[in-house]
Order: sequence, then C-alpha cells, then structure tokens
Amino acid sequence: MRQERNNIFAGVDFTLVFLYLFLMSFGWLNIYAASRTTEDVELLNFSTKYGKQLIFICLTFPLIVVILFFNSKFYEKFSSVFYIISILSLLGLFVFGKRINGATSWYNFGVIGLQPSEFVKAFTALAVAKLLSDRQYNFTLVKNQIKAFIIIFLPAFLIILQPDAGSAFIYFAFFFVLNREGLTLNYIILGVSTLLIFIGTIYFGPESIITSLFILITIFVILNIKKAGKRFLRFNWYKIIGAYLLLGIFVLGTNYFYKHVLASHQKDRFDILLGIKTDNKGIGYNSYQSELTISSGGLNGKGFLNGDLTQGDFVPEQHTDYIFSTVGEEWGFIGASLVIIAFMLMMYRIIYLAETHSNKFGRVYGYGLASILFFHVIVNIGMVIGLLPTVGIPLPFFSYGGSSLWGFTILLFIFLRLDAHKNYDW
Amino acid sequence: MQRSFLLYFSITLVGILFIGRLFQLQILRGQKYDPINNAAVKTQYDYPERGYVYDRNGTLIIANQLSYDVMIQPNEVAPLDTLEFCALLKIDKASFLKRFNRAQNYASYLPSVFLKQLAKEDYAYLQEKLHHYKGFYIQKRVIREYPIKSAANIFGYISEVSESKAKKNADYQQGELIGKAGIEKEYEVYLRGTKGKKYSHKNRFNKVTGSYKNGILDTLPSNGKDLTLTIDIELQQYAESLMKGKRGGIVAIEPSSGEILALVTAPSYDPNMLVGRKRSKNSVLLMNPNNPDKPTYDRSLMAQYAPGSPFKMMNALIGLQENVIDINTNFRCYEGYQYGRRKNEFMGCHCGIIGSPIYLKTAIARSCNSYFSNTFKRIIEKDNKPSEGLNNWSKHVKSFGLGDYLGYDLPAGAAGRIPTGTFYDNRINYRWNASSVISNAIGQGDVETTPIQLANFTAAIANKGFYYTPHILKKVAGEALKNEKYTVPKKTSIASKHFEPIIEAMHEVFKTGTGKSSQIKGIEICGKTGTVENSIKIIDGIKTQAPDHSILVAFAPKENPKIAIAVFVENGGYGSTIAAPISSLIIEKYLTEKISKPWVEKRMLALSLQEVYDKQKSKEIAPGTK
Repeated sequence: MRQERNNIFAGVDFTLVFLYLFLMSFGWLNIYAASRTTEDVELLNFSTKYGKQLIFICLTFPLIVVILFFNSKFYEKFSSVFYIISILSLLGLFVFGKRINGATSWYNFGVIGLQPSEFVKAFTALAVAKLLSDRQYNFTLVKNQIKAFIIIFLPAFLIILQPDAGSAFIYFAFFFVLNREGLTLNYIILGVSTLLIFIGTIYFGPESIITSLFILITIFVILNIKKAGKRFLRFNWYKIIGAYLLLGIFVLGTNYFYKHVLASHQKDRFDILLGIKTDNKGIGYNSYQSELTISSGGLNGKGFLNGDLTQGDFVPEQHTDYIFSTVGEEWGFIGASLVIIAFMLMMYRIIYLAETHSNKFGRVYGYGLASILFFHVIVNIGMVIGLLPTVGIPLPFFSYGGSSLWGFTILLFIFLRLDAHKNYDW
Repeated sequence: MQRSFLLYFSITLVGILFIGRLFQLQILRGQKYDPINNAAVKTQYDYPERGYVYDRNGTLIIANQLSYDVMIQPNEVAPLDTLEFCALLKIDKASFLKRFNRAQNYASYLPSVFLKQLAKEDYAYLQEKLHHYKGFYIQKRVIREYPIKSAANIFGYISEVSESKAKKNADYQQGELIGKAGIEKEYEVYLRGTKGKKYSHKNRFNKVTGSYKNGILDTLPSNGKDLTLTIDIELQQYAESLMKGKRGGIVAIEPSSGEILALVTAPSYDPNMLVGRKRSKNSVLLMNPNNPDKPTYDRSLMAQYAPGSPFKMMNALIGLQENVIDINTNFRCYEGYQYGRRKNEFMGCHCGIIGSPIYLKTAIARSCNSYFSNTFKRIIEKDNKPSEGLNNWSKHVKSFGLGDYLGYDLPAGAAGRIPTGTFYDNRINYRWNASSVISNAIGQGDVETTPIQLANFTAAIANKGFYYTPHILKKVAGEALKNEKYTVPKKTSIASKHFEPIIEAMHEVFKTGTGKSSQIKGIEICGKTGTVENSIKIIDGIKTQAPDHSILVAFAPKENPKIAIAVFVENGGYGSTIAAPISSLIIEKYLTEKISKPWVEKRMLALSLQEVYDKQKSKEIAPGTK
C-alpha cells in the first residue's frame, strides 16, 4: 500500500481514463475538421482553433498530475474554500469580466479567456458532497434541504445574471444527487410536469390546457368520491379548490410570461423547436443546418475532412456547441452513435464506481459528476439533433474551449482521485 | 428499488432516444440526401455551342455569334472615377447607379451582368481599358445570328427559360436559354447540346474552395447537333418577297416526300430582331396583341380559312369514290343552284355555261357551283339519314389530313374544322338535309382549313391518293431523318384511279379555266383557284363585308410532281388575280430558277393591300390601343 502512495496513478480507474482520452482526442479531430481553413496544418499554434485546442489538451496532463498529486482528504477538507473562491470568481465577473456576445462570462488574459462557470460546477459538486456527507447532516429535514438548495443554486443564480441561462440550467442536475441521498422524487415529478404544462401552454394555447387540466382534476375527484364517498370531499375541498386555482394561475402566468416577459429571441427558439414557426434562414438556421449536416452523413459518414457541409462552414459555431454535427456528417450514424455510447458508458461507470464507495463524500461527488455530464450531453446533443431548443453549452471533453475542457477534466479527475482511495481507511 | 435506478434509467432512456433520432435523421432522412445538389457543392456549367441550321441546299441559315457582356462583382469594385467610366461605357450616371444597385441587391459577392451585349466595335476598345476598373470584366456569350433575314416563323427564337420550367426540368437552370418557338423550340433537344458540368466545393459564402472529388464527376460540354431543314431558303425568300404588303400564308411541299419547301406567313419580321440588345424592346413590339399585323402569328400553320373552290375537288373525289357520279355525269347550271323552295335559297354561280350539260372536267375548270352542289347532295343523300351521309363524307375528307392537326414538326398549329353529322345534329334543332349544309359543297360554310392542310391536300392529289406527313427536318448532324411518322406514306380513302380525271381537270384550269392567265410555257401546272367570301361583320355600327380571300392550290409538273403549293392572300379578291400569279411565279422559280414573265413578277412584288386592311380597322380605335 505504501508503494502505491508514491505512484499517483495507482488505483485510478482506467476505463474512465480511456473513455476520457477517447472523447477528448476524437473531439479534437472533429474540431480540426470543423475549424481548419487551409490545407496547411498548424498544430500547437495559437493562430488556429485546433492548434489552440491541442495546446489546451496538452496542458490537461500537468493539470491531471496536480489533481492526482493531492490526497483525497485534501479535496474534502478544502471543499468549502474552493466553493467560496468559486462564488468570488463569479462575483468578480461583474467587475472585471469581459462582455462577449451579450454575456459577461469571461475573464480576459490576452490570447486566453477564462470562463469561471465551467470550473464552478466541479467545486459546487465538492461542496454538495461535503454538506451531505457530514455525519450530523440529516437530509430529511426541510431546513437541511434548503441549505443544499442554497449551495446549489447560488452559483446558478450568479450565472443567470451574466446572463447565461444554459450554463445555469445545468445545476438542476443536482436533483439526481439529492434524490439519491433521500430527496423525494416529487421534486423531479413537479419539475417535469411544470415543464410539460409550460410547453403545452405555448403549443396548444392556455384555453385548451386549462380545460383539459380541469377535466383531469375533476375526473380524479370523481373517482375518489366513488371510492371514498363524500368524506373525501369534506376533508379535501380546500386542496381541490387550491389545485384548480394553482393550475389556472400557472397556465395563465406561463402564457403571460411567454408572451410578454420572454425576450423575442428566446421566444423564437421555443417557437421553432415546437414547429410554431419555421425559419430556416434566420434564427432557425443553426438548427436547420445542423440537422441537415447530420442527415447528410448517412450510415458511414463522408469520411474525415470530407464533410462538405462542415468544410464549407455551413453550421455556425460548429467547433464549439455544434461539434456533434461534424461527427454526424463525417463519421455518420456509426460514429455519432459511438460518441453517445461512449458518454453512456462513462456515466454508467461513474455511477457504478460511486455506488461502491464506502464513504458518502465520494459517492455524492460521483453522482454530481455523472449528473452534470448527463445534463450537458442531453442539452448539447439534444439541441444539435434538433430535439431541444438552442441553448449554448459545450459537449464535455469534446467541444472547443479550454475552460470547458479543464473544468470537466478537474471534475472527472477529482473523482478518479477520490475513487482511487476509496478502499483505504483515511 | 435501488437508489441508483433513476439515473441509470434516465441515461439509458436518453441514449436510446438520441440514437433513435440519429437513425431517423441519418438513415431514414439521409437516404434522400443528394450528395451533389446541396449547398456545399457548386455546379458550374460550361455551355456548348448551339447547333447550326442549314437549308436543303446546304446554305447556312442559323448561326451563332459572340456577344460581349460587361460583368460586375460588386464586392470587388474599388472606388472609381464614375464620370470617366460612364463615358467609356456610353451610359449616364443615373443608369450607372441603377445598374450598380441592381447588381448589389442581387448578390454582392456574385458576378452579374452590368451591361448587356456590347457592340463588336466597342468590345476591343473596352477590353483594353476595363482592367483598370476592379470588379468589372467582360464575358463572352454565344447568341444566335440569322444570316438571312427571312423565315422568322420557321426559326422561332430562343430566350431565357421560364422559372417554372427551370424548376421542373433538371436540364435547365434559371437564366439559361431555351427555344421558345419554331424549330428552336421543336428541336431544342438536338440544338442545345449537352452542358459540361464542373463540381466544386464551396463554403457558405459561395466561395469555391476546391474541386469536388477531384473532378471525377465533371463532364465536358458537347456541342449541339447541326440540323438540315427541308426548306429551300431561296424559294422561301422569294415567296416572302411576293407576299410583301399582303396578309396570308404560302406553303410549298414536295409531294414525293412531304418535305416542306417553303412556309411563308405575311407579314413577318427579321429574325435578328429577337436577338441581342434590342430583343426585349422588339419582342414587346412584335407580340403586342393589338398589333393588327400579328407578325408572330404564323398564318401558314394557324390561320383557319374556308378553303373555297379547291374543296370542290374533294367533293368530286368523294362523289367518284362513293359512285354517286362518274365522268359522264352531267348537271345543268342556270347561273346558280336553287337548293330550297324559297327565292333566296339560291346559290349563284359564275361558270358562265347556262343550261348546257356540264361534265366534271369543265365543272372544275370553270369552278361551277351547281355541279358540286348536286354532287354533294348526292353524297349526303346516299344514305337514308343525312347525318350518316355527312359522317361518311367527313371520314373521306379527314383521310386527307383535314380537320385535325397534321402532325408536322413545328410547335404551332390549328386543327381546322370538318363538320360531321353530329356537328349539325347539335347545331340545328329541326330535321336538316343536304340543302341545309349545302355551302360545304363549295368549301364555304363550316369547312375550315389551314394553308398547310390545303397544301398537303394538294400533294395527296398530286400523289394520286397518299401523302407523307409534312415535315421540316431533313437531316440531323448529316444523317437523314428516319422517323417513320414522316417516311411512311398515309393513304387516303379515295382509290387511286379516281384522281386521274381530277388531275386532268386541274390541268385544264391552267389551260383554259380560271387560272388560264397564269399559265407558264413549258410547265404543266395543275391547280385550282378559289375565292372565299367573308362573312359580314359590323364595324363602327356599319355592316361591312370584307373583300374576298384569294386562294390557289396547285402542283407541278403534271407528271412526276415536284412541288405542291397552297397560296392564301387575305382579302386579295379573286383567286385568279393574286393567288394564281403568285403560285405560278413560285412554281416557275422553283422548277426553272427563271422567271419568264418579269412584268407579272414586278406587279406582284409591288402590289400592296394595305389600304384594304386599313379599311377593316375600326376608325375610332387607333392601332395599339384598346
């Protein structure tokens, strides 16, 4: 055991490392395909996107060494410090940040920009793990639940202010973590049904949704009266009236919010996704081109560097948020499915490993990691294949961007560090 | 349930959903994806040269010429001295700005035409100067040229393909040229050739970034095929010159082959008017529906006239075939034919033989109305019901290609009209008989034919009972036409032997009959004059009857005929005064290449009916207005 202490890679799960390397290098090949402008290859060069990304990739190795160098205990002990630094870094943006594309999400250091929100996820996961693994922490208490919510949603709130709703949305991933640790599923059910009613209201209009919901409640009430008699009505009348009122207000509120509060570009994204509007040239161009590009790949794809839509720059932001469309075109159904399967395997493996942890800190953290990856994959690929609205967040390990790559590397390798030590009594 | 179940389950569900969506996009929808027709591949065309066209004697009649357009690519234009530039192109500043903005609005990064079709003399000078102006250059294009200013109705014209056609037909892109009338339209497929295609990759700014698949799909253009027409362009020109100042049509056919030797409509126009810079202006002028001359309306193919007296031969032939008359049958004529009981039910006749028996040969030579009214009556009354008799008659007439589209190879045409029993059953409420429809006996009434149908009818007589569908294409790229439609003779329903007396009679027309004054020494012409009465029209509130149309059909020589012709001159009066001399001049020109009566030629060339035509116009309505 002593021997392993000297080797920082000892106990590291190589399945995950392999998947990590695969996604990162395959990602780079696609970034190269999507961003090269000339036949000349200029690797390790700041003048090209793929050159820059290659430098970022190379720099992940010293970063990994540093992460693995520290003891597991270190991460647990200093998680609050990391968290506070994270919050400060987000706050600092409002003073020192640089405004790019209407959002203040970046610190600017010459050629390199740094996007703190990409790192904060990892440290929030640490903080949540720390909180939940406290021996005195009883998660069934609402007070404690609120504590957890504050830790999770404080950074999300600061990110919304940038504004970067996409990155903030990711924090909902922690519900999986909290559910694993005992939070009732009702929150998720509530969230999902809220979302469904929201979409339904936009799509079918408030009248039909209110009518159908009221009918549902009424059927529910009648069924219960049949079962339990009039007693049911006597004890639950306020709940029933409350349900009618709440749903009515929510639907009307949604309608108002959608029509009057939502900025027109956000409204358009929903409209296009729901097929209310078609606009293949303007705002819908990205989704349309992206779907077309993926379709054109067919089963086998057109081959590396042979995707003519990719090479012709038809998909905007293809090296970052739309990188998956490059995979679809040049590597086809086989390549694109392989990437999805790789992500699935990675997440399965993380959950599997997390469940084997005897220590709660590692398990909670692992769940945090898996859920964050999951949300990123859903939102990003869902957008690229035209199932979800346009929300600009990167595909983990894959998309162009140093902050994102390093953020996810830190997130993953802290887990690998924790995991490597799970069997020691420390 | 394991606590990890929810996340495992969600991941699996989303994974399946996503892969399913990829399957839908890439496998199901991906099959429809066309690797060449998409945004990332630019197809550039290399245009072939359009085929040349020659007449039957090898004279070049349609050629190509180079045209030079000044092109502009707005995003490459550098600041320039506008005044100097305008002076160079001979345009004013307002026009410069208009053209520039139009190009800019079209696409700033794509070339478009700035100034169309420069004069040849400007080109050399401009070529030198223009390279000082960035973003401007000269592009060569091939356009049509018609060395002989004639036969516009046959040639047709080419112009930009319509948007709807370009969308439906993969062979055409918007802005490309296509034949729109005449042989340019009919034989577009031969003439256009095959475009060369060059595929290249392009980016979303439409910039070409390299060849597509190293050019393995690229093709070279192949030029259009040269055509040889059956037209004799000299004859065509000569016939056109004779029709100057007149309206009408002339069709000349070689009976032994169905080849169209000349196809004249008058008035016509110079085919070069629809080429080049003045094209659009001229086309508005020519195609104006209020233009009474209707120069783009091909009267030789489309005008439906009552055939008049030449139709008497038809009734004679049917009479012989149906055995209701023979060459010994005679009728008497008393300055006309009383077909009903009432006094006004009388058809006048100018044959001048009063009371003596008239036989077939004389009847045709002197164009006796009474003789053919009697014959027609016998044909109709042969069957019990007049309707059946007329149907039988109609069947014979139609076997000569009358009453329907002939099937020649030009895109314009009209069916004409040959009435049937049903036609009158529907039109006449009471019981009708031969007398009710007697006008058809002399080619008036409800019979309508086009000049080409009449020429074909004449050719069938010359051939003694069969004809070849008239056609205008002789050879494609030097190879003779093999289309069975034009090489297999079509038989009429009249036995060959019945044509002998008719031909004799037609010969008599030019020897002693109505065409006597137009006979030519040394050429045995067989023909028949016609004078078609016009119906009464009301112009400016006054009942007006326009002067008769002058008609003649003929073939020559009598033995082994070389040419069959139909001449139609609107409002020309008697067939013998205008149509007959014109036909004999054309026949003589074609057969001997000489003119033995230059004074007739001179008179016909100079004759103008413009005054007659002007009278028919409403005085209150000026030409060109509604």
